[in-house]
Amino acid sequence: MDTIADIGGMQGMGKVQYVPPEDPPFHDDTERKIFAMALLSMRTSGTNLDSFRHAINRQHPLDYLADGYWGRWLNCAENLLTDSAIIAPGAVEARARKLRGEDVEEPPAPEPNKPDYKPTAAGSIRQVDYPPKFAVGDRVRAKDIHPVGHTRLARYTRGRVGRVEMIQPAQVLPDTNAHFIDENPQHVYNVSFDSNELWGPEAEPFELHFDMYEDYLEPAQ
Amino acid sequence: MTFDTETTRLPLALRTEALESILLERQLVDPKVMDTYIRMYEQDIGPLNGAKVVARAWVDPEYKARLLENGTSGAAELGYKGPQGEHIVVVENTPSVHNAVVCTLCSCYPWPLLGLPPTWYKDPAYRARIVREPRALLAEMGLTLGDDVEIRVWDSSSEVRYFVLPERPAGTENLSEEELAALVTRDAMAGIARVAAPAAV
Repeated sequence: MDTIADIGGMQGMGKVQYVPPEDPPFHDDTERKIFAMALLSMRTSGTNLDSFRHAINRQHPLDYLADGYWGRWLNCAENLLTDSAIIAPGAVEARARKLRGEDVEEPPAPEPNKPDYKPTAAGSIRQVDYPPKFAVGDRVRAKDIHPVGHTRLARYTRGRVGRVEMIQPAQVLPDTNAHFIDENPQHVYNVSFDSNELWGPEAEPFELHFDMYEDYLEPAQ
Repeated sequence: MTFDTETTRLPLALRTEALESILLERQLVDPKVMDTYIRMYEQDIGPLNGAKVVARAWVDPEYKARLLENGTSGAAELGYKGPQGEHIVVVENTPSVHNAVVCTLCSCYPWPLLGLPPTWYKDPAYRARIVREPRALLAEMGLTLGDDVEIRVWDSSSEVRYFVLPERPAGTENLSEEELAALVTRDAMAGIARVAAPAAV
């Protein structure tokens, strides 16, 4: 999905918000609770880190921006818990209205329907039994593809040519793992891109490094 | 959870309280576990971990070599590992190379070394701009780099986490490892600042 989360290179964003000097991880109890509940919702809903990220990315773009970082996490927890039928759609809003004194009927708890899924190991790093398709120094092109589901292939890299800099540990493919289809473990490459390749001849000179799953790459001349 | 201009969205705090009350009522979360997670990242795991790694690398060339060779085991030598630190790559700043870290797609960050990310790192403006105009953005954020300094921006798109080993400031030759660690800031280890020399030594 080409979502609002895929924001690399977007212009008109204005200044970066900077909170000096210490900027604690949480600024109030709401943020504390969201952090813990959202992490635990992964377990409660029987999902994984990739589906967690997808549940953040697929929020409505206006919600995504307006609700802020922790708001996105709360919406994500609600998405995961609703998808696995741990809570009913609309349950959070109904409870919230009730808490503030409105007379609303809350939907009953549904029959849970967690994904039929079990990770083959903890974490995302896996061993694969085939050699890497690309070597350090190879010229590669990020495929110009537009997956219908989750992906970590950022739009600003698609179709661009870079150079393999490092071969990273093999990892589960987020595109399939987020949907519980298959872990599809594969080699991952750190690829460098020249800024002119990404942003045209007027770009500032710099080098952009991006981790590419093997399925995202094709050989380039 | 779709945006609706016809209705006002309920406040975040109220929606949070609502979800919490549902989960607690049905015993789907354990408040003790919630507190443990919160305390861990509020009290135990933060940028001081990374600062100790940097200070060790500054005083111990062999450790530095190991850390640059394998960031994961280098961090683990000092006891730092865990969620969001499955594979850590340490990139070194030098007089001619400056590294900056981002996650354009969300806010992936090396939790075991730096804790949870600060506001600026999570800001969509940082995520959008650092991969397009890093020199201009870093200058705007207070770090002016000479034209002869090559900029490398690391977009954390897989489960690999990047950590910047900043340059040791001049005038710190006589400081202890502990004193050095106290100079190292979170911003320097994510690549938007230099480590400043101590005010008066």
